[in-house]
Amino acid sequence: MITAAVQEREHYLNASYGIKSWLLTKDHKRIGLLYLATITLFFFLGGAFATLIRIELLTPQGGLVSSETYNKLFTMHGVAMVFFFLIPSIPASLGNFFLPMMIGARDLAFPRINLLSWYLLVIGGLFSLFAMLAGGVDTGWTFYTPYSTTYSNTWVIATALGIFVAGFSSILTGLNFIVTVHTMRAPGMTWFRLPLFVWANYATALIQVLGTPVLAVTIVLLFCERVFHIGIFDPVLGGDPVLFQHLFWFYSHPAVYIMVLPAMGVVSELISTFSRKPIFGYRIVACSSLAIAVLGFLVWGHHLFVSTQSVYAGMVFSFLSYFVAIPSAIKVFNWTATLYKGSISYATPMLYAFGFIGLFTIGGLTGLFVACLGIDVHVTDTYFVVAHFHYIMVGGTIMAYMGGLHYWWPKMTGRMYPEAWAKLSALVIFLGFNLTFFPQFILGYLGMPRRYHVYPEEFQILHVLSTAGASVLAVGYAIPMMYFIWSLRYGKLAPANPWGATGLEWQTASPPPAHNFEETPVVTHEAYDYSTVIGEVIEVG
Amino acid sequence: MSAHIDSVKTYALVFAGLIFLTVATTYVATVDLGPFSVVVALGIAVCKMLLVALFFMHIRHSTKLTKLVVLGGLLWLGILLTLTMSDILTRGALGVPGR
Repeated sequence: MITAAVQEREHYLNASYGIKSWLLTKDHKRIGLLYLATITLFFFLGGAFATLIRIELLTPQGGLVSSETYNKLFTMHGVAMVFFFLIPSIPASLGNFFLPMMIGARDLAFPRINLLSWYLLVIGGLFSLFAMLAGGVDTGWTFYTPYSTTYSNTWVIATALGIFVAGFSSILTGLNFIVTVHTMRAPGMTWFRLPLFVWANYATALIQVLGTPVLAVTIVLLFCERVFHIGIFDPVLGGDPVLFQHLFWFYSHPAVYIMVLPAMGVVSELISTFSRKPIFGYRIVACSSLAIAVLGFLVWGHHLFVSTQSVYAGMVFSFLSYFVAIPSAIKVFNWTATLYKGSISYATPMLYAFGFIGLFTIGGLTGLFVACLGIDVHVTDTYFVVAHFHYIMVGGTIMAYMGGLHYWWPKMTGRMYPEAWAKLSALVIFLGFNLTFFPQFILGYLGMPRRYHVYPEEFQILHVLSTAGASVLAVGYAIPMMYFIWSLRYGKLAPANPWGATGLEWQTASPPPAHNFEETPVVTHEAYDYSTVIGEVIEVG
Repeated sequence: MSAHIDSVKTYALVFAGLIFLTVATTYVATVDLGPFSVVVALGIAVCKMLLVALFFMHIRHSTKLTKLVVLGGLLWLGILLTLTMSDILTRGALGVPGR
């Protein structure tokens, strides 16, 4: 039920009604919400697989499921989370909704292609879902050959086809963002007046357009070898299995930046808004997004240190991998410098931003450990690596995603969420996350390999801690799900600019009109100029 | 954006060129040129790619930004090939005990 005050005014939610008005919509805001619903489903699906994995690992005997089923569980957890939640998460939902608004545009450059990209994600998701329901796939989300092409008798092709189709969704979204930022900025919105969220999504879009086609090609080659026995990766047929790893990681390492760059963009918005200061070193933070996008393409070989990759190439990739730390560190230091003498408020989005900075820093620094050839040989394919990338993907991306969702929820729905519950859940998620994944660093260092469900008894205590943490984390994620739905009906009405923020998206009503702005905004100030804000700041305790 | 449109004759010539190169690829595949088989096949493929990009995709008459996008794509292909080859061409160059 929407109250009379909101219902009287026409906005994008009440501009038209009926299922067709959603399934055939070309409004970037509605498409953003369609993405939001889709990725939420996959998040909970991937979460269900993770729950089963963690329950299985409570005991060292591996008694709950068979080894084959366990292989399928971690594969499907990875496929659902990486390809159908994390990659589309921030760009396709929050980016779709807010990128046009933040540059003062009425929509993305290609609204029909935008809708098509959502359909492609759904079609790809259905293929993979079918594969999961029909019996699953057991190759790991990395589909390493020759196991995936020659030996696995599970649903490899159906799953890979789903990822292939979803990849085009990602390419089209990236293309749309690039063209939109180039051609649809409002008068006065110069490149160095763009909000950092837009810069981050622009850099992400470059990766999506340049990298994802290589994933598509790799999947086609995998298909050709598995179905037609054309020798590409299988040594028996004259192929090279390490070639698959090169092609796969040429996309999949930059894909980590597809996940985390938009998250960094969200954090820039949050840090600035809730410390009421422009981001320290705005230009260098903007350029560091592009630097991460470019350098991210030069480091993939660090995933191949223990394959038959040459030692020379290993040294080159190790050397290059350290470079990515520089623009990442620039961001972290500049966010921290922004806080200095800021008027900091501890609203829920800011708590998530703080969580991001801490957890991403741990994830990033342990990334330096595994970029080092000697250390990587010891910890490769152990829980150390599992912990490292979860600190980036969950501790980084999902924390920022949650922060962004809380930050923009009032704009999207016209309703405030309950602040006390939100703060509680942010705290629960932070604690649950660390309890889940910190013990995994120790497990990995002590030698616990990933992808095994039977393990020596001395590792049990750390696994029990991790499973307990996962339970806390699950509660932490369930609480926002409930109060977000609750707020749609009972939440306090949101003013146009509840946080006193500076972006153009806050200069229009909550929820926004169908075409975003009554009049095209004219930009006369730099980004994050708080002297211009006339916000209806509400007290959030 | 340029509104330049090539003549039908130009398109027909390019089409004929592409067909000729396809036949050439097929023929070369039946001739043993030793290590040069791959080189010749890739050379023909590059020619075909250039014909499609320059004429059918109108890159010849496009803006500098569009040309930059094409060059960016080629540069990224170069990164993929160069760094992959940095592995494949140097395997065994440095001895490692146990390998």
